[in-house]
Amino acid sequence: MHVLRKLGFYLVALWAAVTLNFFIPRALPGSPVDAVLSKLALRGPVDPATREAIEVMLGADDQGSLLQQYVQYLANLLGGDLGISVTYFPTPVSQVIGQSLPWTLVLVGVSTVITFLIGITLGTLAGWKRGTWLDSLIPATTIMQSVPYFWLALLFVYALSVNLGLFPISGGYDVTLVRPALDYPFVSNAMYYAFLPALTIVLSSLGGWLLGMRNMMVSTLSEDYILTAEAKGLHPRRIMLTYAARNAVLPSVSGFAISLGFVVSGSIVVESVFSYPGIGFTMLQSVQNNDYSLMQGLFLIITVSVLAANLAVDLLYGVIDPRTRARG
Amino acid sequence: MTTITEESAQIDETEKTTAPRRRRPATTLVVGLGIVVAIVLFGLVAPFFTQDPLAVSNDGMQGPSAAHLLGTTQTGQDVLAQLAHATRGSLMVGVIVAVLALLLSAFFGILGGYLGGWLDEVFSLFTNVVLILPGLPLMIVIGSYVEQRGLLLIAFVLAITSWAASARVLRSQTLSIRSRDYVHAARIAGEKPWRIISVEILPNLLPVMSSGFVFALITAILGEAGLSFIGLGVVGTQTWGSMLFYAQNGQALTLGGWWWFVPPGFMIAVLGGGLSLINFSIDAIINPRLRNAPANVRRVQKAEKEAGA
Amino acid sequence: MSKSAEQIVTDLESVRSGFGAAASPEPVLTVRDLDIVYEVAEPVHAVRRASLTLHRGEILGLAGESGSGKTTLAYGLNQLHRPPARIIGGSVTFHGQSDGDVDVLALEGESLRTFRWSRIAMVFQGAMNSLNPVISVKAQLEDVFTTHRPQMDAAERRHRSEELLRLVGVDPSRITAFAHELSGGMRQRVMIAMALALDPELMIMDEPTTALDVVVQREILQEILRLRQELGFAVVFITHDLPMLLEISDRIAVMRQGEIVELDTAENLYFAPKHPYTRRLLGSFPSLTGSTGDFVRAGYSPEETR
Repeated sequence: MHVLRKLGFYLVALWAAVTLNFFIPRALPGSPVDAVLSKLALRGPVDPATREAIEVMLGADDQGSLLQQYVQYLANLLGGDLGISVTYFPTPVSQVIGQSLPWTLVLVGVSTVITFLIGITLGTLAGWKRGTWLDSLIPATTIMQSVPYFWLALLFVYALSVNLGLFPISGGYDVTLVRPALDYPFVSNAMYYAFLPALTIVLSSLGGWLLGMRNMMVSTLSEDYILTAEAKGLHPRRIMLTYAARNAVLPSVSGFAISLGFVVSGSIVVESVFSYPGIGFTMLQSVQNNDYSLMQGLFLIITVSVLAANLAVDLLYGVIDPRTRARG
Repeated sequence: MTTITEESAQIDETEKTTAPRRRRPATTLVVGLGIVVAIVLFGLVAPFFTQDPLAVSNDGMQGPSAAHLLGTTQTGQDVLAQLAHATRGSLMVGVIVAVLALLLSAFFGILGGYLGGWLDEVFSLFTNVVLILPGLPLMIVIGSYVEQRGLLLIAFVLAITSWAASARVLRSQTLSIRSRDYVHAARIAGEKPWRIISVEILPNLLPVMSSGFVFALITAILGEAGLSFIGLGVVGTQTWGSMLFYAQNGQALTLGGWWWFVPPGFMIAVLGGGLSLINFSIDAIINPRLRNAPANVRRVQKAEKEAGA
Repeated sequence: MSKSAEQIVTDLESVRSGFGAAASPEPVLTVRDLDIVYEVAEPVHAVRRASLTLHRGEILGLAGESGSGKTTLAYGLNQLHRPPARIIGGSVTFHGQSDGDVDVLALEGESLRTFRWSRIAMVFQGAMNSLNPVISVKAQLEDVFTTHRPQMDAAERRHRSEELLRLVGVDPSRITAFAHELSGGMRQRVMIAMALALDPELMIMDEPTTALDVVVQREILQEILRLRQELGFAVVFITHDLPMLLEISDRIAVMRQGEIVELDTAENLYFAPKHPYTRRLLGSFPSLTGSTGDFVRAGYSPEETR
């Protein structure tokens, strides 16, 4: 029951995103179809099928009723047809996305998991040791939280890459040394290139998790079951982990949606600083080239990924909080 | 009634005795307000005294000097002058967005929470959907379709992507206030709904709303900076984000022009820090445990040290 | 028409003799001049020079209005008081049956943890969340054993936990339940089962029946009295419900503004209260001398719901 409700919600959210994607080009001024088609024409001949797909995606006036267009649009989406990219002509949008998505999934996924773990651990300790010198770290953490992702990225590039030459300035891997494959040379090279972008994401989003967890720990520690645990003579480590942190982490997990939104938005801009070959950088390219089909395809895929991540976390929440299980 | 029985007697005793401390403003609040006021004054006053931020000169990419306190850009514009105008621009965008977001969140959160029923169902479903859709990608899509990106348009786009979180908080707070005795009493006495909302409920939501406003302000300034950095900011208005956009495009990084890209980001970070410190104090009002528990531990340690000495 | 004084004494005795007066003259806990201060801007003296002796198997009632320091005093007995509370003076001595006297306030770290629960167990307010909501009753019962009886294996722990539940009248199959799946009364029974786990010599009960409905309150009280008779532990019973204390306690201490103003047997306290405050407290419960003449307790006295 709980799971069904959740699935229902995510279906509604998905439908909202898809529909929004359909109406934005139709509701806003400007005529993206003409712009895209004229750009495409510069690159080479445009066959009628491509033309029609782009018209459906971006909204053209001579395509029958809005409802018909909408149905056609949904049909194209189901078929994975998102049009042709101008920037990477004549590659289909779906293929461009397929190439850039893994980079972002790995970068953002791994950094988010690392940040979550570090933040929750430090937050647990800071809350447990409330009233000690650790409290004075809180304002510093707060300021770290307000540092724009991309500015921190700029500082890192300037200090560590340009001045000290420790890290590469841009890119996802050294194109002159390795070629994409699942072998050691490529993976190690890609990790080297991903280090600074990942560090940026970790440092800028760490404060939020840490602070949230710390505050929940402080609140949880005044709960009665903590007193019970102390009266039972349990070891402090068990009280801290099984009694306090286990309860205090719940809001962090259920608030994952909000945090992930920030992380994803932040990483788009971080990728642009590092020219990292992921979704965010590709999105920027599409903006600069008025590549509307690609842009909208990217918007969809980002939204779907965020929804999927949240669904996974929601299902996990059902496992770690027995109260949701009972309600279902 | 229920809220009090949930607290143990021990906590009751503590709260009673710590109540008088509430009068003295916390250091975090004073520091936070100081930072914010200083930056606001800088944005308001400094543009009248600086050089023309757009005046081009031949002294491009010069480091800080007496003539240009924060150096010059690639085209020889004065960075300090740009920073002053950008401060004004960023603050303006931030305040407009925060006000819009506050109105939206109050509308969906309070109205839904108070009226309940299917309206609440629809409102909270809508809120949750907006909350889960990633903001910046949506802003990028909308922003890139519009050629004439005015201040209001960008503010509106930022606002529609940043109201949902505080609407959710406001809704749950409204739900809990709605079931309190004095609200029941007012309703039985035949008070009109708008009067109950504005007289009985709104005053109790003020701490939560001000916390939401400050949060929206931070989000808006960060969001605008991100959007401008991509090149999709307000056309013709200088902000911290647009400064960074030009710095990045003007090769400030590779040419070593730290004075160009460090100050705007620094201002964002410091303003955000100041606002967060203010929010800290508001949080402590909303949730007294956050302030009391650590303070209590410290006081006992201090007393023990004094007793031991 | 009110019952005569003799009648009430007989009633009292019949209630208690039903469960047998288990008290013996041998002390289990001695408190001398205990002073506890709340370290706030202007320090508050929450407990002033409190002294009392608790006998083996005795039920000692601790009465007083909220803020009188009764909870602070009781929690101080095994150093469970929380900041800003601080013990500034006095002594608490636990007279162990097998291992002699223990200076409780000198315990710290490992020795304090070993002492807690195995010698003094606690039962907290009924409907409050004294149970961890995210782990099962089983895990919470068994972590007492894993901590204090590390030599027990999983099967023994399971067996003993189920036995404890049976002892307090809870179906052992509910052992896998979570707190939210149990009623208020059930939760309180589980708490009592947990408190019995290590066979403690003393149990501190902090308003164990508050916020339970009247029928369940009765059942829980009967259960406590029955177990006390069977197992012979002493009880410090905290409540602001004086009529209930008169009914179940051997002796009662009345606290006001951090001081024990009167400590006497239930009978003496009821028939010959010495302190004016005790008299006032007794006077505020009309049901005691009301026309029904029985110890009928209202489900919620106005004070209780404060």
